Amino acid sequence: MLTINKEKTGDRLMICLGGRLDTMTAPELEAELKKELDPVKELTFDFEKLEYISSAGLRVLLSAQKVMNRQGTMKLIHVRPEVQEVFEVTGFVDILTIE
Amino acid sequence: MKELKFSADLEQMPKVLKFVGDELDRAGCTRKARIRIEIALEEIFVNIAKYAYKNRQNGDVTVRMSFPGNEASVEITFIDGGTPFNPLEKPDPDIKLPAEKREIGGLGIWLVKEYMDMVQYHHEDGHNILTIRRKIKE
Repeated sequence: MLTINKEKTGDRLMICLGGRLDTMTAPELEAELKKELDPVKELTFDFEKLEYISSAGLRVLLSAQKVMNRQGTMKLIHVRPEVQEVFEVTGFVDILTIE
Repeated sequence: MKELKFSADLEQMPKVLKFVGDELDRAGCTRKARIRIEIALEEIFVNIAKYAYKNRQNGDVTVRMSFPGNEASVEITFIDGGTPFNPLEKPDPDIKLPAEKREIGGLGIWLVKEYMDMVQYHHEDGHNILTIRRKIKE
């Protein structure tokens, strides 16, 4: 189960994720990003309620980061320790901006 | 020892998680250990579901669980009859590369190796047999 809540203000997009970003749910986020990312200059992911991430979720974050490297900025806020650990083990801490 | 046979299909993922999760709960697995085990489980099962039976139908995977060391650890074995494949032979991903040069392949098995105390593969009688072990009480 993944919940995706979006808040758009001008060219800023905030996406709040909750639950699990895994093989079953990652395509849902991928589809949302494909739809929304085009005009966005400032992308923020709020991970406060995200409890679980696997490599399928990392893949979607990496492609979002690549898009945002070209058109603006991307950051993650309120990352939980268990998700942060996955970012550390995979070196994603050096790719992503985590506040 | 408990084991269950699943069809090697991504749709089975929730059932596999429940089978393993229920046993982990019963054995008193901590939350921290459980998340790591779930990640390893997902990465391995997804690999089998996506690649083991390419070009073939009706493949299945047996998931076998035991709790060695007086339930201090869990041992999970995945047995499939698909194409012989040793995931441990894949080179580790370069986790220092910048985003533009990053490729996602290999990260799943990397997580398995990092999160488990032991990962072992062998091929026997036409089956891939992959075993992981991890402490569950820390």
